[in-house]
Amino acid sequence: MKSGSNLERVLRAGHFAVTVEIGPPMDCNASVVTEKARMLRGIADAFNITDNQTAVVRMSSIASCVLIMEEGLEPVMQMTCRDRNRLAIQSDILGACALGIRNCLCIAGDHQSFGAAGRLKGHPGAKNVYDVDSIQLVSILEGLRDKGCQQGGDPVEMRPPLLIGAAWTPLGDPIEIRPLRLKKKVEAGADFIQTQGVYDVARFAHQMELVRNMGLHERTAILAGIIVPRSLAMLKYMNSSVAGVSVPDSLMDRMAEAKESAGKDKKQARRNQEEEGARIAVELIQQAREVPGVKGVHIQAIEWEGSVPEIVDTAGLLPRPTFPQEGEGDDFDGEDPGS
Amino acid sequence: MIVAERKPLAEIRGFVDDYRRILILGCGTCATVCLAGGEAEVKVVAAGLRISFLRDEKEVEILEDCVTRQCEPEFVADLPRKVQDEGVGAVVSLGCGVGVNFLAQTLETVPVFPGVNTEFFGAAVEPGVWLEMCAGCGNCILHLTGGICPIARCSKSILNGPCGGSRDGKCEINPEVECGWALIVERMKKLGTLDRLAEILPPRDWSTSHHGGPRKVIHPEAAPAAIGQGKAEQ
Repeated sequence: MKSGSNLERVLRAGHFAVTVEIGPPMDCNASVVTEKARMLRGIADAFNITDNQTAVVRMSSIASCVLIMEEGLEPVMQMTCRDRNRLAIQSDILGACALGIRNCLCIAGDHQSFGAAGRLKGHPGAKNVYDVDSIQLVSILEGLRDKGCQQGGDPVEMRPPLLIGAAWTPLGDPIEIRPLRLKKKVEAGADFIQTQGVYDVARFAHQMELVRNMGLHERTAILAGIIVPRSLAMLKYMNSSVAGVSVPDSLMDRMAEAKESAGKDKKQARRNQEEEGARIAVELIQQAREVPGVKGVHIQAIEWEGSVPEIVDTAGLLPRPTFPQEGEGDDFDGEDPGS
Repeated sequence: MIVAERKPLAEIRGFVDDYRRILILGCGTCATVCLAGGEAEVKVVAAGLRISFLRDEKEVEILEDCVTRQCEPEFVADLPRKVQDEGVGAVVSLGCGVGVNFLAQTLETVPVFPGVNTEFFGAAVEPGVWLEMCAGCGNCILHLTGGICPIARCSKSILNGPCGGSRDGKCEINPEVECGWALIVERMKKLGTLDRLAEILPPRDWSTSHHGGPRKVIHPEAAPAAIGQGKAEQ
């Protein structure tokens, strides 16, 4: 085992993995995180904690990870290259591992000009860092873990046992570079991949075919991204404004119909759209599962985490596999985490 | 070249409000080419200030001049004497930030104010439009990226791009901004070298850029005596 994390065990055992995203609050209220954790306990193998997502200041990923660990959930700590240079990144990684965090997702991070796509002020005047990019970040983590070596060359005595993740935008532009860029992430050391939200499963399947031809699906565990649509407006926004996300007309039409069927009753329209959105999410999970080479799903219900348990259940993904605790079971193969 | 933009007149006026003899000094090189601080712009700024002071019924003399380059000693050697002889109380430089710095050192006791905002190193892609193309980072990697710079032209300056935010050739920050990595991919496709992007570029050494502190370049033949006086850049 590289990390001994639950996510790693699930993937190694050949189960179809489920990860779910949790967004920390924009203040220091720990109960927001712990309540989300309680609501989501047992419905996924690991839970991503975002790192100042959409370039908005939120409770730190490391602290939120620890909060959900106290609730018995396993975190995937997300780390962006936007906010930290290579010194801060490595010291945070060592600190996170000291606190028991075992999974890390390496991402570039939205540019600071985002500010939640204009819905919040954010900090567009901030200086960004991008000292290293997400691929280089993966290689830095791999160096710490497998070579016992900091990026600058100094030795690391106790190596951080981390399962290393990276993101992939299979349908991003320019599309022909996407499989190649995935290959770079795999070669840098990505153990698992969580993709950008997939709505166009046919086009995603085509990209996956290219990926399989390159053998990448055997070298990393690809988890298809599922963003639970909550409304027609959200689908339209994602289709037009989120890079790498394209929503087929058929889904758009279904959501429009759900909205219109409620007539002028706005509350009913909202309920109808949420129900249709949850149904779409379940179908996307099932369709993604059929795509050869996909080893799991990564579910994001942005500011709507409460919808996830039922979606995972309806998709037939419960209960989640469990393993004996490390040291008392037979699953842990006893390898040095650095090996 | 260095691209600059003229500051608003009201801002410049604010700098020189307390002075009675003000020299507006243009620069005949980059600032002229980018229409920010050449002879023509000196006239515009001078006329604007005259009107502005006149409106406030302040008697102020505005002098005009333009030197070939504000960033080399030979072109500004006469300036201290001229400033003294003509009783100039303040200088507004329409050169880039280099010019302002250099004049400030040259003129010692006379204040020098910036009349332009210095923007970037760029090219004139069409008349009146300049685009940033170089970040002056001190270790050129353009041979690896089809001649298009990811440091200057990618909003995240990433070396293994494009990130997930590339869309129809545009950057996630703004549909007006080209994705530098989309340009690189297009260019390398045309060159038939797209496969070279499979190589992972490692974290780079930023010490050659401003992150390594203010830099100095010493040409070994032109200034042999200067070698050893400071950190020589190769």
